[in-house]
Amino acid sequence: MTETNPTAWPAESTYALRVNGTEHQVPDSWVGESLLHVLRERLGLYGSKNACEQGECGSCTVLVDGRPVCACLELAAGCIDADVRTVECVAAGELLHDVQAALLAEGGVQCGFCTPGFVVAISELLDRSPDPGPLEVREALSGNLCRCTGYSRIFEAVTSVVEVRRGRP
Amino acid sequence: MAVRDRARGGLGTEAARPDGIPKVRGDFAFSSDLHVDGMLWGRTLRSPHPHARIRTLDVTPALAIAGVSAVITADDVPGELHYGLISADQPVFARDVVRFVGEPIAAVAADHPETARRALEAIIVEYDVLTPLVDAEAAAGWEPIHPDGNVIRSVVIRRGDAAATGDVIVEGTYEIGMQDQAFLGPESGLAIPAEDGSIDLHVATQWTHSDRDQVAACLAMPTDMIRLHLAGVGGAFGAREDVSMQVHASLLAKVARRPVKMSYLRDESFVGHVHRHPARFWMRHHADRDGTLRRVEVRTTFDGGAYASSSMAVIGNAARFSVGPYRVESVDIEATAVRTNNPPCGAMRGFGSVQVCFAHESQMDLLAAELGMDPVELRLHNALRTGDRLPTGQVLRGAAPVAECIRAAMAHPMPDASPDEVLARPGGAGRTSTATEIRRGTGLAVGIKNLMYSEGENDTASATVRLAGGVATVKSAAAEVGQGFVTIAQQIVREVLGVEEVVFHSASTAEVASAGSTSASRQTWMSGGAVAQASRLVAAAICQAVALREGLTPEEVSLDGTTVVTPTARIPLADAVPDQPIEIATTFHHAPTEPLDEDGQGDADVSFAFAAHRAVVDVDPDLGLVRVVQITTGQDVGRVLHPTQLLGQVEGGTVQGMGLAVMEEIVVQDGFVKNPSFTDYLLPTTLDAPEILATFIEEPEPDAPFGAKGVGEPPIISSGPAVVAAIRDATGAPLRRMPVRPADVALG
Ligand code: FES
Ligand code: FES
Repeated sequence: MTETNPTAWPAESTYALRVNGTEHQVPDSWVGESLLHVLRERLGLYGSKNACEQGECGSCTVLVDGRPVCACLELAAGCIDADVRTVECVAAGELLHDVQAALLAEGGVQCGFCTPGFVVAISELLDRSPDPGPLEVREALSGNLCRCTGYSRIFEAVTSVVEVRRGRP
Repeated sequence: MAVRDRARGGLGTEAARPDGIPKVRGDFAFSSDLHVDGMLWGRTLRSPHPHARIRTLDVTPALAIAGVSAVITADDVPGELHYGLISADQPVFARDVVRFVGEPIAAVAADHPETARRALEAIIVEYDVLTPLVDAEAAAGWEPIHPDGNVIRSVVIRRGDAAATGDVIVEGTYEIGMQDQAFLGPESGLAIPAEDGSIDLHVATQWTHSDRDQVAACLAMPTDMIRLHLAGVGGAFGAREDVSMQVHASLLAKVARRPVKMSYLRDESFVGHVHRHPARFWMRHHADRDGTLRRVEVRTTFDGGAYASSSMAVIGNAARFSVGPYRVESVDIEATAVRTNNPPCGAMRGFGSVQVCFAHESQMDLLAAELGMDPVELRLHNALRTGDRLPTGQVLRGAAPVAECIRAAMAHPMPDASPDEVLARPGGAGRTSTATEIRRGTGLAVGIKNLMYSEGENDTASATVRLAGGVATVKSAAAEVGQGFVTIAQQIVREVLGVEEVVFHSASTAEVASAGSTSASRQTWMSGGAVAQASRLVAAAICQAVALREGLTPEEVSLDGTTVVTPTARIPLADAVPDQPIEIATTFHHAPTEPLDEDGQGDADVSFAFAAHRAVVDVDPDLGLVRVVQITTGQDVGRVLHPTQLLGQVEGGTVQGMGLAVMEEIVVQDGFVKNPSFTDYLLPTTLDAPEILATFIEEPEPDAPFGAKGVGEPPIISSGPAVVAAIRDATGAPLRRMPVRPADVALG
């Protein structure tokens, strides 16, 4: 049996996180909590998903200082002073982001559990590389698993965003 | 001929998914996203042994931990101690004996997931380890590991002349590994106790009413005291047909008198739900020189693992479809599902048809080679047609465009040579394949799947349709798991009632009767049938109301599409009774089926769907690495109700089938799952997904609402076997096992 000594549990601490441009106080958080756990269970931002919590699926993809990361692998306390962006800030109010609209129009959403991760990953890819080749798209999204779609509709969504942004129908 | 008004967003259109916008925004509440103030976190203590006697179980150290509100074991289960989808043979918690690694022993509820984890570690369990039964073929002769015995079900199908043979005989043995459904949304739910002792359970499931009945029985509560609500479901593929955490969470909430949320971690999920049965086959095919099949003999064993789940239905399918979509008069089939100390197996997309397809399609290729015949021609020559008799003696009465599916799959253009880029080679970014060594191969496979439940299990679906103020509302307990039934239901109502605005209300078990399970490719037919039937009854009620109001006889009021016609006026249905809400609940039935007799004869099935897949692969034979370049398919769909959703089902299912062919396997050694993570259980990624080209064969199914067949399962049945056939074509390796591992290719 593992020894259990409640008095030796890590101290709880309070810190601030900047998420989607807003400063949030995170009260009474255990130091070991992942960024994903804090976003979801402490800040109520459930958009980032938790399919594996082991860095294997990309459903928790968020941007930390503009870089896509698996929120389940980041310590929340390690993101103090960082700029965290989640799926919740991708749309401009009621207006869907073109990546979100394209995923819907092309049929890239079934159960939707992978979708927030793809929305963040595709938006980041196209910001960085506005006209990616097919293999570049596949490589960039290879950390995002989808069990429902077989990916073809997701690739179609990327293509359609690229074409519309280029001004081609 | 009456011209029907084509409602916007009706059948055949690209209607928008009603859950689409919340899903892309991250606002859609999946079961793992649920939370209420003051909720506790539940976790499950699981067996570390495949087979052991529990000597001591002491939970007091866990209860002593600050923040722990409840710890429950078998002693705390007030009602039935067992549950199960078909037969209640699985303990809610193991009491004396554990039968698989991961079997629940206790559960805790605590203020933080980490507290709950520590509480589990504090529970003291001592075991006497027993020898596990891990070889399915030894199960029948092994001492029973469960009071119900080790043989779950054996199905025999015998038909025709037992002495029949042909000019050519081919024989082979085959093996299929254990596949995981690997839905992304973890098993999760939130149980909320009410003042009156009743419980609201919000959970991701395929069948709320079945879960409710099982929870109520185990908690010794009347069924109306348990209200099952469908929470957002992150994929299912069969794995949510059985209860996972439903009973545990409800009981924890009852004992703790607080809401309890449970959400499995991925390694727990790998032992927390049933998988696709691993199976072994021996088959012998007899055929004439011209390729006509004369007799097929089949022996197969499916490993059901520790508990029955749906093994008895899976093995029934395996027996009935073991010949594949081919005509043959003489068969001798024996299919057995057994109990072992391996992880329990049950429903996964394809449900028995996937395993048999690998075996019968491998045999068809062997036969073609032996005959010196083109494998495509051999299949076309024997392809089932309407009017043919199946091995059960049942005459195939519906649409059976098997040959059309094959021709459609073959008619697609072949892919170009792969670009000479490392990422496009077998092995991808591993950069190990040498371009000059890569060989290309092509393979074809064809599958058959029953739609709805079979063998006298006459499933029904209920739904309610309400029309008020020009808005229609569907109330249904049909579980939306991603497939898009919510869209189809709206399209059906628009089509029948002509209203544009249709709300889909995912109703709890307290609001509607059962829709049956989201499985067996049945919801479009069954719940779609219920929605159509309710909508038509609403239309009829409107006609009656108009007659009454206008002082007309019932005969003077008729329907023309979605328009009410009276001697003096034509009024759209939605406007005909503007103020008075009309609500009708109804239950839909399919044509009854019958159980098989002792020779496996009987009209056991409602309907069948077919698909063919052609796969093209690139293989590095020395390294055993495979890249699936393209899969084309022809699928029998009856009628296309939603083009893009259909394509999504077909592409997604095809890739799951491809996964089983080349990478997906739960590796079980001595009863232990060796790879319970997405690092070690490989799912197809964006880099693995092939190009997919699909043709849909629209031959309306006479008995199906709107002529549409279920479409979810056929894509996964023959895609994997086609990929394996293509690897054989590229390498000449015999490949009697799926998934194909690198060593199977490289070392033969
Ligand atoms: S949940 Fe973070 S990668 Fe899967
Ligand atoms: S849509 Fe279900 S996992 Fe991608």
